[in-house]
Amino acid sequence: MNAIQPPLFGSVDEVTERLAAVGYLANTAVATTVYLADRLGKPLLVEGPAGVGKTELAKAVAQATDAGLVRLQCYEGIDEARALYEWNHAKQLLRITAGQGHESWDATRDDVFSEEFLLPRPLLTAIRRDEPTVLLIDEMDKADVEVEGLLLEVLSDYQVSIPEMGTVTATRKPFALLTSNSTRELSEALKRRCLFLHLDFPDADLERRIVLSRVPELTEKLTDALVRTVRVLRAMELRKAPSVAETIDWGRTLLALGMDTLDDDAVRATLGVVLKHQSDQVKATAELHLN
Amino acid sequence: MPVTANEHGLPGHLVDFVAALRTHGVSVGPGETVDAAEVLGALDLLRREELREGLAAALLRRSGQREVFDALFELYWPAALGAGSGQVHVPRIEGEDPDTPDGPVDVDALREILADLLRDGDTDALRALARAVVDALGQAGASGTGIRGSSAQPSWSAYQALRVISPETLLASIMNGLRQPDDSDFTDEMRRREIRDRIAQFRKMVTDEVRRRTAEQRGREQVAKTAVPKQAEQVEFLSAYAEQLTLLRRTVHPLARRLAARLAVRRKHAKRGTLDMRRTLRRSMSTGGVPMKPAYRKRRPGRPELVILCDVSGSVAGFSHFTLLLVQALREQFSKVRVFAFVEKTDEVTHLFEPGAELSGVMQRVLREADLTAFDGHSDYGGALGSFAEFYGEAITSKSSVLILGDARTNYRDPNLAVLRRLISQARHAHWLNPEPRRQWGSGDSAALRYADVMPMHECRTAGQLADVVEALLPV
Repeated sequence: MNAIQPPLFGSVDEVTERLAAVGYLANTAVATTVYLADRLGKPLLVEGPAGVGKTELAKAVAQATDAGLVRLQCYEGIDEARALYEWNHAKQLLRITAGQGHESWDATRDDVFSEEFLLPRPLLTAIRRDEPTVLLIDEMDKADVEVEGLLLEVLSDYQVSIPEMGTVTATRKPFALLTSNSTRELSEALKRRCLFLHLDFPDADLERRIVLSRVPELTEKLTDALVRTVRVLRAMELRKAPSVAETIDWGRTLLALGMDTLDDDAVRATLGVVLKHQSDQVKATAELHLN
Repeated sequence: MPVTANEHGLPGHLVDFVAALRTHGVSVGPGETVDAAEVLGALDLLRREELREGLAAALLRRSGQREVFDALFELYWPAALGAGSGQVHVPRIEGEDPDTPDGPVDVDALREILADLLRDGDTDALRALARAVVDALGQAGASGTGIRGSSAQPSWSAYQALRVISPETLLASIMNGLRQPDDSDFTDEMRRREIRDRIAQFRKMVTDEVRRRTAEQRGREQVAKTAVPKQAEQVEFLSAYAEQLTLLRRTVHPLARRLAARLAVRRKHAKRGTLDMRRTLRRSMSTGGVPMKPAYRKRRPGRPELVILCDVSGSVAGFSHFTLLLVQALREQFSKVRVFAFVEKTDEVTHLFEPGAELSGVMQRVLREADLTAFDGHSDYGGALGSFAEFYGEAITSKSSVLILGDARTNYRDPNLAVLRRLISQARHAHWLNPEPRRQWGSGDSAALRYADVMPMHECRTAGQLADVVEALLPV
């Protein structure tokens, strides 16, 4: 491994600036942990409710550092063959048939287990890349516990062992980022290898800036009203609290409908954009005296 | 001043901090401590917020631990010592003696300043004010009257400071000040909630500040022991106050999901049954009597049925509330859940726990809509069990698991053990969850030990314990 790999960022402020330049407004927590993950060479585990920008963060880091993004989307039942590598059986068979009769078995065997017949999957791809890489392992909590074991080697030593070929070690450490909606606890072993960031809804000021940067046509006043209302909604006990993405959607909706103030009628008419459950809508309507 | 530098310098201080986290139930291993030390090396120590986030990233592993972390961080890495240099001055009544500028605090003027700040929602100014108020009231003596206690030491108390200012009472006047003639109910409600939120924030600032000042005076270990909040999962049900209960309620869903996920895993692992001798032998006929392919018994994926009897009397309110919420969240794991509530009599409340029902109001509806009382509204376990057997006895079948939730305090009435024994003999499993500490079982009017003779009883004081018990109990 290249021991003197230069860090991606020089300071915490630089992280904030460069992420902002690609349209991701980060708070202190995000900027600090991204900076540390890069500095200490550790993977970053981001946990938090849906729609706060966990996946966005990985994309933004990739864009800000001119790195390629390699993404492993986890789902129930994902296995080694989908995450690490697979042998291309069809091609191997073809090769064996082609060599039949005029080649010794030893030569054939050595040949079919070589680079050419390997199908790299995201984890191996990320390890083997020479260019700067951001490895995003999305929705880790969806995968089975066995996959976590698989990740341990990759994330702590940045290497993959292939029994037939030997160990592939990263020439350049990727910036690894794992996300989780915490539908289940990840194992202690995995968590210990990562820096932990709990990404929650942003504070009012930051959310205002995010909305304005995404929907610049909104007036300051309307944005302010929007963010205030969403925060009140979040403070209620709802089944699904509105996320940042939904605040932005709400802003776009109001814009499209040509509404320039967020009064009772506007809220009543567009509440469905932010609250997706019937029971939540009923509750919000009653508690905010909208009927 | 008890706040002294650690003899091992910064690493020593970090180790102390980690030790304090451990005493509060945040498990931090040596590996994490080393990470934290690396963080200290990589960051600019003068930028406190970055330091806070950096340490949190290295030391914490779960979001529920953040509150404990923040409280301890304030103690171990304080922003300032002493009163700090505030820009906010606390108004005082001019004393007769012009030599002592520190006259009694002018509470009315102070409340006006606070009202202005709450209206504008200026967080930094509010924090500065909290700092100044705690300082002024602490120096001036207990009630802000200027009379010091016999000890010359200033004493800080969040309770007293908040009682003197009583920020809650400002809500109405702030609302009045902001009201405009054409405001709708909606705008009004929005504003009320925002200001209430800010008042809660201010209260927290005062509490934090008091904790910090007390730590300077009495040593941070002392304060860390008593004044740092507990993690939601470790809060005891029976002594939890409203705020903690809200927090607990938020942990219900993740907890239920976690349990559900673990249950699913266990079910998957248990997919294969035992060897089926008869079928294996029959199959071997086709291979000349050699059993080539063994046959296994298929597990019936029969989903367990659950019958829950829950004491909802005032004495166990926090506990039963929380448990019922958990039960609702777990409903999808069971083919059939029937929920019964009792105080003196038992009534079925299953219909209130439909999936998707509004969680937070369920308890009030249980108390309002179910027929639970007969005479005085004090819990009567004997009577409740009797009426359950009489009206809903058929709910318990050989497939059902019975869960009884309550403290078994019968107010010295007949515990009706015979009926309970009969009910349990019909059920597949039966367990009793008791929110009281084990050492109090059987004391006073508690019939816990007598019930424990009849069926297994588990101590279940915190959400963490509850999760353990439920996971161990649920039949798969």
